[in-house]
Amino acid sequence: MGITLLFLSLVVLIPLSTVVLKTSSIGWDKFWHTVTTERALASYWVTFGASFVAALLNVGFGLVVAWALVRYRFPGRGLLDAIVDLPFAVPTAVSGIALTALYSSKGWAGKLLEPLGVKVAFTPLGITLALTFVTLPFVIRTLQPVLEELDPDAEESAALLGAGRMTTFLRVILPNLVPALLTGFALSFARAIGEYGSVVFISGNMPMKTEIAPLLIMTKLEQFDYPGATSIALVMLVVSFALLLAVNRLQAWTRTRTGYAA
Amino acid sequence: MSTQPARGAIRNATKDPAWVRALIIGVTLAFLGFVLLLPLATILQEAFKKGAQVYFAALVEPEARHALWLTLKTALIVVPVNTLFGLAAAWALTRFPVRGKNVLITLIDLPFAVSPVIAGMIFVLLFGLQGWFGHWLRDHDLKIIFATPGIVLATLFVTFPFVARELIAFMQAQGKDDEEAALTLGASGWQMFWRVTLPNIKWGLLYGVILCNARAMGEFGAVSVVSGHIRGTTNTLPLHVEILYNEYQFAASFAVASLLLMLALVTLVAKRLVERRAGETLRGRAG
Repeated sequence: MGITLLFLSLVVLIPLSTVVLKTSSIGWDKFWHTVTTERALASYWVTFGASFVAALLNVGFGLVVAWALVRYRFPGRGLLDAIVDLPFAVPTAVSGIALTALYSSKGWAGKLLEPLGVKVAFTPLGITLALTFVTLPFVIRTLQPVLEELDPDAEESAALLGAGRMTTFLRVILPNLVPALLTGFALSFARAIGEYGSVVFISGNMPMKTEIAPLLIMTKLEQFDYPGATSIALVMLVVSFALLLAVNRLQAWTRTRTGYAA
Repeated sequence: MSTQPARGAIRNATKDPAWVRALIIGVTLAFLGFVLLLPLATILQEAFKKGAQVYFAALVEPEARHALWLTLKTALIVVPVNTLFGLAAAWALTRFPVRGKNVLITLIDLPFAVSPVIAGMIFVLLFGLQGWFGHWLRDHDLKIIFATPGIVLATLFVTFPFVARELIAFMQAQGKDDEEAALTLGASGWQMFWRVTLPNIKWGLLYGVILCNARAMGEFGAVSVVSGHIRGTTNTLPLHVEILYNEYQFAASFAVASLLLMLALVTLVAKRLVERRAGETLRGRAG
């Protein structure tokens, strides 16, 4: 127990406390001014907006993918199931350059989309794509065990009572999936707002337009503006902690609803 | 006869129609294809664009070799340290009644919630020149930031929860019956650990170690802040990818990236195998 606490304090708690201490040294007014400059506000907007859309995309597509992987048998299913975890295993810098190469105007997916008027690389769309990539496993992996454990009797009963397939899905299946979907969403969102490596390559990093908050922190650090960097970091940390608590609550809820930990 | 149509209707309501099936599988393939498979295939395509010779040259040049060595060295320090911590934490939290257990578990999970950039930043605040220990370190001619110790510390932070969190879940599911039996039969604490606990938890432990190692070798954001990007000195493999990319040496950059991709694939396969064994261990207990 002693070792646990000592280690936790040395590696995590004491280092993290520096953010609060450093920020508090500049006083409330200067802090408030730093975190509400136009550039900072724009970076929150890009970060939270793109993260929200990416998490939402993952909820939609994640439900489809998880459904296919659990309910259907088709050639290549095992392989697909295995590679879903790749975004967690591939270093973020690698995913970043790969997505950029594929979706820039020189890459072949980029070439395909350009005539349609869709530009992905160096736009907020590119940031969203990168965030969707790195958070892809969360929703699928939270959903899969819940889908597997769904009681087929409930579906049959619904059918016996005269419900059609759509009604059965909406009224019987979907309500059971809601806690897992929400958990997956929160996990994706929490991971996405802090993401840096995969985004810097594809975003173009233009202040006010495609600059994410972690990059703004990085820029301020490079200019040795430490109080500025910690101020923005503090805002991000508060949001992250709130999300962490929300995820814990959601997971407890999922457990009581379905008996399964996500 | 009269039950026939009803049975058909039930099948219709419990099975998806063929077109829904086709649509769902189609969307799955398209989504995973465009977001996951194509980008990863691009890495190999770009890496070999200028031929195998350029590819292998990029991997054996001294700076790449040094980056590989630094990445391995960092993992060799970080993974054992976090494994020991994970064991201690899981032991303390699952084998003894602890007050505030949930708070502790949340605190252990904290590094997952912190942006990698912030993870790197806090070590600059502590050990950088303007940091708390900055002057002391300079006076004693010690260098942490823009040097290997900083990279190790930042990596230690971001991979902190992996082993602990896997083991806590695993040991909680396993319960402590076996250990209590061993103690009752007269085993000493060490004997119990080596003969009973470790064999019981080895798959869960290995699972955490694999995840921890993959992240340790692949970490980019946190390491990027503390490394200072000094070529041939504080460059890890992921940072080397970035430098080459920014210098428009795309083929070389993707060649090094392909090495990291390979590592990811190995990790994935190992993870699958271990996952199966860990599941068997837990199920064997339940049955």
